[in-house]
Formats: sequence, C-alpha cells, structure tokens
Amino acid sequence: MAVAEKRILLKYADEPGYTPDIECYKKHGGYQMLEKTLKMKPEDISAEIMTSGVRGRGGAGFPMGMKMKFLDRKSGKPIYLVCNADESEPGTFKDRQIMYKDPHQLIEGMMITAYAINAKLAFIYIRGEMQEGARILENAIKEAREGGYLGDKILDSDYSCDMVVHRGAGAYICGEETGLLESLEGKRPNPRIKPPFFPAVLGLYQCPTLVNNVETLCNVKHIVEMGGEEYAKIGRPNNTGTRIWSVSGHVNKPGYFEFECGALTYGELIYDVCGGIPNGRKLKAVIPGGSSAKVLRADERFKGKLKDGTEFDWSIEDIPLDFDGPMAAGSMSGSGAVIVMDDTTDMVEAMANINAFYAHESCGQCTPCREGALWLKKVTTRMVNGGAREEDADLLKSIADQIEGRTICAFGEAAAWPVQSFVAKFKDEFIEKARAQANGAGKNGKMGAFTLA
Amino acid sequence: MELKTELVEEIDALIPKYPEKRSAVLMLLHKVQEDQGYISPEAVQWIAEKLELQPINVQELVTFYPMLRQEPIGKVHVKVCRTLPCALNGAYATCEKLQSELNCKLGGTSPDGNFTIEFVECIASCGTGPVVHVDETMHENIRPENATELADQLKAQVKSS
Ligand SMILES: Cc1cc2nc3c(=O)[nH]c(=O)nc-3n(C[C@H](O)[C@H](O)[C@H](O)COP(=O)(O)O)c2cc1C
Ligand code: SF4
Ligand code: FES
Repeated sequence: MAVAEKRILLKYADEPGYTPDIECYKKHGGYQMLEKTLKMKPEDISAEIMTSGVRGRGGAGFPMGMKMKFLDRKSGKPIYLVCNADESEPGTFKDRQIMYKDPHQLIEGMMITAYAINAKLAFIYIRGEMQEGARILENAIKEAREGGYLGDKILDSDYSCDMVVHRGAGAYICGEETGLLESLEGKRPNPRIKPPFFPAVLGLYQCPTLVNNVETLCNVKHIVEMGGEEYAKIGRPNNTGTRIWSVSGHVNKPGYFEFECGALTYGELIYDVCGGIPNGRKLKAVIPGGSSAKVLRADERFKGKLKDGTEFDWSIEDIPLDFDGPMAAGSMSGSGAVIVMDDTTDMVEAMANINAFYAHESCGQCTPCREGALWLKKVTTRMVNGGAREEDADLLKSIADQIEGRTICAFGEAAAWPVQSFVAKFKDEFIEKARAQANGAGKNGKMGAFTLA
Repeated sequence: MELKTELVEEIDALIPKYPEKRSAVLMLLHKVQEDQGYISPEAVQWIAEKLELQPINVQELVTFYPMLRQEPIGKVHVKVCRTLPCALNGAYATCEKLQSELNCKLGGTSPDGNFTIEFVECIASCGTGPVVHVDETMHENIRPENATELADQLKAQVKSS
C-alpha cells in the first residue's frame, strides 16, 4: 500500500470548488495566523521558525531560521523580503501549484515572515513565462490590500508592509538568489560573489535581504499555527515538515505529491505513488533533485554511515525521500524534482539534452562556466550527431572538473555535477556510442530522438 | 516614439512601486513588448529616458533575456519545451510535427506570417510534458500523436482572429 500524502501546503489547492480568491481563502481559515502573529513579538516568530528546523525548499536546503539570524539588523538600512518564485530548475513544478491555486497562502506566509524581520517591502520574483501566475498574484495582493492584510497599518496594527510582483524574462540564472537580486535591481542578472555579497548583509540595493523559496515561505504560516516544536515532529530530525515532490519522465503517473519528509523511499514514490515505469520497462536511472543533481543508477549500491552513526546499504529504491537521503547517496534532493528514466533512455542523448540547457543558461561571467558549459554541449552534440570518440567520456569529465569550484555561483557545480555523474556511472555507454558509430551505426541517434513509442 | 496613453499610465503607475526607478526596467520592457510585439531601438531609447538610464543599460537586458526580442514575430508564438523531462516524452518529435503542420521552421516565422516556433527551456510543467506554451496559454501532454490536433486548433484560432 502506498504511503498516503500528507497535504499541509496543498491541503486545499486541488479541492473541488477551491478558488484563488480571498473569500474562499478566508472561509478556509485564511489570514487568521497573520492576525495572531501581529500580536506576537517578531523575535518570537523567528524563534518558532528556528525551532521548527524548516529547511529551504528552493535547492540548497539551508535552514530558514539560521538565514533570518544572519540578517544584519544593526545596519540601519531597510530590510527586504524576496520570494524566489523563479521555479526554473528542470523538473520542478511545485511552486506553480501554490501560486496559481492558493496565492493567499503565499502572501500570508510572506507577511508573517516580513513582520518577523521587520521588512517594509516584499517582492515576489516570478518567472517571466508565468504571465497568468503574475496576474493571479497581483490580483490576490490587491484583495489582501483591500482587506487590510498588507499595506499601511496592517489589521490596524502599527506595522506596514507592501508587496510587489516582479516578472523575470526567461533566464534560469535569475533563480540563483544573487542573480535574482541583480535582476530585481534592473541589471543583467550576473550573480554576485559570496563573500561579501550574502543577501542577509548586502542584498537588494546593498541592504539586508531575506530570500526564500515559495514553498519555504508557505511553511511559515503552518509553523506559526502549530508551533515550531510541533512542526518539528513532522518528518524526521534535520528533515522536518513535508515536501512537495515533482515527478516527471518515465513513470505512469507523473505529478506533484506532498509527503512528510522521510515517510517513504524513492522506490515507493516511483512504483507505488507514480504507478511504476510505463510499458513494462525497467528503471534505468533517477535524477533525484532537479537536473543539477547527480544521477543515480538503478543497479547502484549506496553504502556509508548516516550522521547518527547508523550504517546503510541502499539501492535507489531504499533511499529515504527527504533532504539527507539523496545527500547520503552522493547526490541531493535539490528542488524536489525527481526525473525518472527507463531502460530505453540513451544516456548520451540525455546528457546532450542537459548540457544544451546549461550552455544556454550560463550568464557568461566566469570563463570556466561560460566556455566549459559550451564545450560540454559541443562535445555531446557531436556525439549524438555521429561524431562520437572513445576518449569523449574522459574529455567531458576533464571539462566538468575544471568548472567545479572555480566559479562565482553554484551554477558551475550545477553544470558540472550531471556530467561527472553521467560519465562516471554510464561510461560504458559513452564508449559504446563511439564504437557503434565506428562500426557503421553512423548517425545512430540525433538530439531528441526521445520518444515513448 | 509615441506610446498609447493607457500604456504610459500603466508605466507611470509601475515605477513608484520600486525604491529605485531602475528596478522597473524589466517590467517596462514586458509592457512595451506585449504592446508592440518586440523591443525596437526607439523603445530602448524611450525606456532609458523614462528611467534616467543610458540606452545601453536597457539594451543589454534585451540581448540577455530569452523572452525579450528585437524583431517582430508571427501572430501566434509557439514555444515548445525541449528540456529533459519533456524530451523524454517526445518533445522533439512533437516539435517536428508542429513545424510541418504549421509550415514553420524552428526558430523562424511561417511564410504567411501566422506562426513562430521556438524551443524554450523547462517552463515548470514537466509532469504534463511535452508542454507547448502558445502565447500565454499552456498546452499540456502534447505528444507527437496529438500534435496535429493542437496545430489544427491554432490554425482555426488564427482564422477566427
Ligand atoms: C543556478 C541556480 C538556480 C536556482 N534556481 C532556483 C529557483 O528557480 N528557485 C528557487 O527557489 N531557488 C533557486 N536556487 C536557489 C537559490 O539560490 C536560493 O538558495 C533559494 O532561493 C533560497 O531559498 P530557500 O532557502 O527557501 O530554498 C537556484 C540556485 C542556483 C545556483
Ligand atoms: S558560474 Fe556561470 S552562471 Fe554563475 S556567475 Fe559564473 S558564469 Fe555566471
Ligand atoms: S521540462 Fe518541459 S516543462 Fe519542465
């Protein structure tokens, strides 16, 4: 029996008759938590968030409470709150569900957070392609302002904070928080170097800024509602709360699912929740946390020791679906995007597809990333177009190794990790591609021959 | 360059939302492109003056962001997601089908000026891929098998407009 979903953030989103307007939200208890928090001390809210242990849902999994603590409150400069709604990590489609179906939940989570950090202005940076999402949010903000839930003297308190929806324009790098801030300042989204430009100290307009993902900020409302300690009981130590997983690729029932962290494994997610692999095919590989995460191979064993000392010996199917599980297996849960590949998948083609993405999206500021990502793409494109060489596997690895750790932002790793892992785990296929072509297979595939037929 | 009065009003309302004028530039570019179809050199100049920037500060955004363009396109903008999850489910074949059905080459505009087809990177709807974003509407599960249906729908849409 499949483990049941535990829908906290998505509790109402897909309920028949649930609409994104404020009336509906209030009928379902909306804005009561904001009302409650405005009577609390801001530092008590921060303390609840710290106690909850909630980790960022955007990619890095950094504890939100810690980030709030790092905010420079002594500078005398205004503090800003920025919601990262760029949702651009390939495979991820969870924030969309909340913004389109339950926008007020995000606004309430943001207003509570803004009050806790004493921000007077909050931004939602939404990816440019979500025109409709931006309109839904704009409208929800208007409703919330009319209802007194944001703007001047919120709910007749002394606290005022406004909210602005800002649209990106199709660049993945705007998801990286400092690139996002540059974009929000009206500049090219070239990420900033950390240190010194940690958003908590030198963020938007060089002021202290808290940047969090949509899902993370929605959690704040529920943390306040149940208390940090109760919240921390959901999930597992260091992996608290629920997470929304986006499953795509070769599964019978792809989709988004909210589960208590660690309540099930990747195997249960793929086979029980998503109905397994179509057409009786077999699992070949899984990317456990968005295309930047290292690929896992179906017949691989993952062995080691967890932080608490327990030894583990897992296959993909045994990896706990949480933050630490995929990390222990040498990859990461990233944005919670699980991309499944069956045994018909040509790994060189999959690699070529991923490399094309990173070559297109590099901001171009750092030479190893700009040139490296481009060369990775050139090599794999040549391979799928009939020009594969046996030494390409090593060439790819050497290019990727020269990017990792040598760039301004983590995009460099995001581009290098897939290559390092694909080549290490499927090297035989990369070499076989060259041999087959030498033996007359010629152009034995072309970019995007992917089909399910 | 003359912009419609309502558009200028919208723009004037947008700018003061930001602590610094320059922040509004991307939103202004969206507004102008939605109205005019693309960003002309005159539009760059106009926006720069409006926000007290150098034209290069605006131009360098137009050349950076994939959604901004310097040339007009067809009446209907067809964007096919080509990133891995969509590709695993046939996005490339879907794209080929759409190209032949709409008589339009990838990256170009059909001779009748009706369609422009482009590949785009993941648009956050991977669970229902392949996805095709047409103007502002998301079409989901567009497998090669049912791409013709979508093409017919788009052709009818152009005819009735
Ligand atoms: C290349 C790159 C792309 C990213 N894209 C996103 C994104 O689309 N959405 C997101 O929330 N975080 C993204 N992140 C992570 C952000 O930099 C940042 O860590 C996050 O917004 C912090 O919020 P959280 O702590 O709530 O996760 C990206 C990071 C990198 C390096
Ligand atoms: S690593 Fe790549 S994306 Fe990040 S700043 Fe450098 S060039 Fe830009
Ligand atoms: S890969 Fe196509 S929408 Fe994400």
